[in-house]
Amino acid sequence: MSVMTAEEREAVPLLDAKGVSKSFGTVRALSDAGLKVNAGEIVALVGANGAGKSTFVKILTGVLQPDSGNVTIRGSEVHVGSPAKARRSGLVPVYQEPSLIPDLDVRNNLRLSDTPEGPFLNWVNELGLRGLRLDDMVGHLPLATLRILDLAKALACEPDVLLLDEMTAALPTDLVERTLRVVRSQAECGRGVIFISHRFSEISQLCHRASILRDGATVGDLAVRPGVEDRVVEMMLGAGVETGAPVTGVGHVARPRGTPRLEVEGLAQGGKLSDVSFEIHPGEVLGLVALEGQGQDELFEVLSGLLRPDRGVILIDGTPVSFRHPADAIAAGFAYVPGDRAEALLMERSVHENIALPFSTHLGGWGPIRLRRERASVGETINRLQIDTRARGAVRRLSGGNQQKVTIGRWLAVGFRMLLLFDPTRGIDVRTKRQIYPLVRQLAERGASILYYTSELDEVPLVCDRVLVIFNGCVVATLAVRDANESTLVRAAYGLSPRDACGG
Amino acid sequence: MTRWIGKHAWNIGLAALLAALLGVTKLIQPEFGVSGVESLTRAALPFAFATAAMAVVVIVGGIDLSVASMMAVTGVTAAVLMQHAGDGSSVAVTFLTLLVGVAMGTVNGSLVVLTKVPDIVVTLAMLFVWEGVALLILEAPGGAVADWLMAAVVGGLGGVVDWVPRALILMVFCISVVWVPIKRSRLGLSIYATGSDRAAAFRSGVAVGRTRVAAYAVAGLFCALGGLSLTMITGIGEPVPGPYLLASVAAVVLGGVTLGGGRGGLLGPIIAVFILRLIRLMLTLMAVDPNVTTIVEGAIMVIVVMIGGLLTLKGRRR
Amino acid sequence: MNGRVEKPRLTAAAGQLVRDHPLIPLVALLFMLSGVLELLRPGIINPFWLGNTVKFATPLAMLAACQVLTMLTAGIDLSAGAVATVSAFVVATVTPLFGVPAGVGVALGAALVVGLLNGFGVGVARVHPLIMTLGTGLVATGCLQVYQRFVIATGTEIPHFLEWLGTGRSFGIPNGLFLFVPFSILVLAGLRFTGFGRLLFAFGSNEHASRLSGARCWQVYLALYALSALIAGVTGLLYIGMIRAPSLSLANPLLLPSVAAAVIGGTSIFGGRGSYAGAVIGALILTVLGTMLTLLQMPEGARRVLFGLIILTVTALHARFTEQN
Repeated sequence: MSVMTAEEREAVPLLDAKGVSKSFGTVRALSDAGLKVNAGEIVALVGANGAGKSTFVKILTGVLQPDSGNVTIRGSEVHVGSPAKARRSGLVPVYQEPSLIPDLDVRNNLRLSDTPEGPFLNWVNELGLRGLRLDDMVGHLPLATLRILDLAKALACEPDVLLLDEMTAALPTDLVERTLRVVRSQAECGRGVIFISHRFSEISQLCHRASILRDGATVGDLAVRPGVEDRVVEMMLGAGVETGAPVTGVGHVARPRGTPRLEVEGLAQGGKLSDVSFEIHPGEVLGLVALEGQGQDELFEVLSGLLRPDRGVILIDGTPVSFRHPADAIAAGFAYVPGDRAEALLMERSVHENIALPFSTHLGGWGPIRLRRERASVGETINRLQIDTRARGAVRRLSGGNQQKVTIGRWLAVGFRMLLLFDPTRGIDVRTKRQIYPLVRQLAERGASILYYTSELDEVPLVCDRVLVIFNGCVVATLAVRDANESTLVRAAYGLSPRDACGG
Repeated sequence: MTRWIGKHAWNIGLAALLAALLGVTKLIQPEFGVSGVESLTRAALPFAFATAAMAVVVIVGGIDLSVASMMAVTGVTAAVLMQHAGDGSSVAVTFLTLLVGVAMGTVNGSLVVLTKVPDIVVTLAMLFVWEGVALLILEAPGGAVADWLMAAVVGGLGGVVDWVPRALILMVFCISVVWVPIKRSRLGLSIYATGSDRAAAFRSGVAVGRTRVAAYAVAGLFCALGGLSLTMITGIGEPVPGPYLLASVAAVVLGGVTLGGGRGGLLGPIIAVFILRLIRLMLTLMAVDPNVTTIVEGAIMVIVVMIGGLLTLKGRRR
Repeated sequence: MNGRVEKPRLTAAAGQLVRDHPLIPLVALLFMLSGVLELLRPGIINPFWLGNTVKFATPLAMLAACQVLTMLTAGIDLSAGAVATVSAFVVATVTPLFGVPAGVGVALGAALVVGLLNGFGVGVARVHPLIMTLGTGLVATGCLQVYQRFVIATGTEIPHFLEWLGTGRSFGIPNGLFLFVPFSILVLAGLRFTGFGRLLFAFGSNEHASRLSGARCWQVYLALYALSALIAGVTGLLYIGMIRAPSLSLANPLLLPSVAAAVIGGTSIFGGRGSYAGAVIGALILTVLGTMLTLLQMPEGARRVLFGLIILTVTALHARFTEQN
């Protein structure tokens, strides 16, 4: 790195990307994205899910090539052809997914990326990771450790610009603190940092500026000051977009009596899910709120028959059940819509086949298909959900919203008594969201019980009757929907009791 | 120490199994001794090279169905060229043969990378191609091989270490000369990284395509060694590929290299070659129908992999 | 979308055509090869030649069904050749002892055992299909060799109806078609109009999603590999009727071409995509190709080289045209 005077640093941005666009087939992921990072600056790159953040990151780091636009580093234009080139030109990323090789030990991973061992170990220490051995197999290390190693590896390269993509998501709190401190000191040394996070608290603590991406274009660049969050959120969502008024019927379910549809007592699974108990009555939508990785994934996987619980009971209509396979859960009337649509869809097959899939999974359905009946029930589902079937081919070509409708529609066609929705509106457009809320209410009115996990707190009052908050694998709060506002939920989700929230 | 054992548990287990089997063989046939080991090693030589070739490709995350055909090509190349060659030029021929192997491997690898067709399909097609090339070079078994090469695989080292078969030394020498420097180098790391997680390797700055080509080229080199050794043992070139494809897959799997890549080494598969050869020998010594050995080999391969599969399944059920 | 669109548009159009009607280019290739054949040896294309080509393509096409079905779930059946051989050899040796029904029954029973073993390994123990079927193929061949010792004295007899099926002609049409036509219709319809066929596609495109929808993997794999082995067994019966000389490696040379036929026919080895009709045409292409290479009086070596190169070219072109993104 050359030594620069202060003015020079001011004058030439470390990284300047302008007018970057990228299309995948007919889908335009980026139309006009830009980002400028000056020396000593920490810039937050924010955007709602699907705004094109990950594509932009991939272009900046050379994983993808842009269709148009240019990226300059220290004033000279670079064609970042590969991650290796990006690294050499001074931009070092820490990706969301670990980039360490699982079957090599730590030392060999360092050799592979030409990372000097000494500085790396210093940074590992600095970041507060204890007890690391260089001959540890990477595949055996926990995720949080891998994130720290990735960061230490990047820091050891002495980058000009450091790109951190959701660096803190998988870290425990003490490591988050240390990480933020280290990142800040990096900026103070004159390096540039691009910081991507969905935690506003971290952004307001750490960043100088926030660059906002919406629908593939950079729509704003704000200095981070106290209170700027609202403005950022507004720009992220776009003007005039509201999530809509509560759907009729929310919270109106009179305290139901009788046997609950589903009772869960003391459920525990692995290290993540330690003690969860709750009940859902017929016709009820139970919301579930939690920070990432608090055991909600395991809870859903246990209820859908993918995982077997270590402890605890599941009762359906008062009768204990144990699911050994998703087929058992389905037979008991449970329908599971996973958070990742790619997990549930046959991307290369048609909408029709995707919806009809559960018809043929059990042995009785292996024979000739009753085409007329199937066409009728699939057609009804498509109509009811208004699934866009103009692209007659693969589901892969549908928009996220339509794909999500297909995964839900599959279960409408077979029927269910208990619907498990894991973040069904993640990364889908507002219009589809507004179709999904009333659908959920409608299904509940017809007697289904629905467990609705959401990562977007403002959805809770729109669809749920009650909300369950879990933290660290335990239920920490159960709130009626009228008591559930963003602040009570957030406080509960962070493990602070809601009573404190009311008091303070 | 415990970590070292844990890391090499599979190899240690294989070595123990081999030792046990050698002991059992001695029990069945008290005369089994130096000469028995010598002929066992000689028979294992081409299998060991074929297995080494397969192992390298499997580690990088591919599979090469054309190993036996490439061995045939190099075998006949050597046999034809050496027919009228003196000792001096036979050395040149040896090197030329090795080069041919590398070239064939490079072609395989480049085709896999460039066409983006799955490894198994490309190498299936190349199986036919190399088989045809071998037939074009030599239509029926024939040719000759230099005497010094034939002598290199027969008998012991002489002197106090006469009990060490030359074939074993040749095998260990060739494989280590090729593999140890590679494994220690960046290329070796890249090979393991590419096989382990191609996307992560790319993100770490590994030139994935070049690494895969290189792995196939190394496999080609091992095939050339295999073809040469085959010619050295029999004294002639044989254009029809031997049973090395299946045997090498079996040994690679038994040797602890996982299909899909990234794990294992060459030592395990080589020990596995000896185990499989020894079982064959034992069954012959026990006057068991030689055909039963085929069943046993297949069954061992299937059972080992099944047990491995069931164990990982059990481990995954958290 | 900017300036460099012109050429890609052509390939894109071709790709679209191949994607939507994958059979058209294959049929075109088949006709082209036949045309070349006619040029090389004018008059060769006559009803008799057609019959012969169809006759020799039939066992290959049937064995290719094993590969198509298993490849749809991202598997492969490398034991198919051995199973066909076992079934052929068993029927020829059991018939003189216990009669035709017993012969056919034992032959298919043996095939089924191998298939169930494959299914168990792939579906329950989760062994890679390549390894599993390679292993069972080895075991089956070994068993056959041992079995041969016991029946070496009994002599062989090939059931008459198999000979009729394998070598006879009615109205100039090879009798094999009486087996093959219903068989292929069954496979085609089965893939399209039965729940099991749907599941095979579903497993190949996303096994996890199929599980989430309630499919039990072991059931599907067990049924699939058993079915594949049965098909291989029936192929063996047809083939012995055609060759009429039982041997221990009778159908083994058909194995790799059957994989090639499936791959040429557009079946993806990674699962989820493929068609049996394509594989049938693939089998025809390979047979015509074989004739052509023989006609050219090329040395055996050159024929194999060409054979390999053509498989490679066709699959590479296919991959290029249907490339995603």
